Amino acid sequence: MSFLSTESFAQMAFWVVVGLTLGGACIAVFPRNILYNVLGLALALAGVAGLYLFLGSLFVALMQLLIYVGAITIAIVFAIMLSRPLHLEVPERRMPKVAAAGGASLLVFLALVGVGLKSRWMVAAERSGDWSVEALGHAMLTKYNLVFEVISLVLLVAIIGAIVTAGFTRRLSS
Amino acid sequence: MNTLGVYLIIAALLFSLGLLGVLQRRNLIGMLISVELMLNGANINFMAFNRFLTPDPTVGQIFTLFVMGLAAAEAAIGLSIILALFRKMRSINIERAQQLRG
Repeated sequence: MSFLSTESFAQMAFWVVVGLTLGGACIAVFPRNILYNVLGLALALAGVAGLYLFLGSLFVALMQLLIYVGAITIAIVFAIMLSRPLHLEVPERRMPKVAAAGGASLLVFLALVGVGLKSRWMVAAERSGDWSVEALGHAMLTKYNLVFEVISLVLLVAIIGAIVTAGFTRRLSS
Repeated sequence: MNTLGVYLIIAALLFSLGLLGVLQRRNLIGMLISVELMLNGANINFMAFNRFLTPDPTVGQIFTLFVMGLAAAEAAIGLSIILALFRKMRSINIERAQQLRG
């Protein structure tokens, strides 16, 4: 009956989530149709939210679903709708460029895995087990207050900049 | 399954898939999608180190939230630039945008 234990079930769910993430990432990169890419991106981001759940943080997983899957993917879909790239010509991929890109990213992957697995990671001597949202909010409004404010400012500037960039060109071209 | 190495390999795979997309795509929206994948790989690394190594588990979560905020700002600016470029050139192919190089 060990086949149905919670342990093996959690393990199965973990590998399903990993497959969702990597499969979604492949769909997001390889097909030529941009709409498939966006749907694959949504799949991969939802899988990453599942990984955050396995890493012990429900709050960050929910934020991932809210910000990435809910906001960024929808913004990209809107950009596709407004710029209509589906009706335009799709140029052929040039083989040397694709091979060089594949080689470069394979090299980066091998370097990252080498660094990650070869180095001796030191676990902190004493670790507090406080994963609550209260602790998160407390740290964000005391220790990391400046970063919080700067992020708010960056978001405000980004919104104004996006409106100005998209709005002014429309006025100029029409 | 739940070890640091597994998460590091998953994050490295996501990062290099995103890098492959940035290098080989010509579609600007496709490149933006790949950049989002790279940011997510970095985020998984933050959360994994936060789960397995750090003394205080709030630090990695807060950094992940900040990276998410920056990614939202980057997506908004990038998409508006893509829209402006499309209105000017009627194309979002990166190789058509070479008159920017002066």
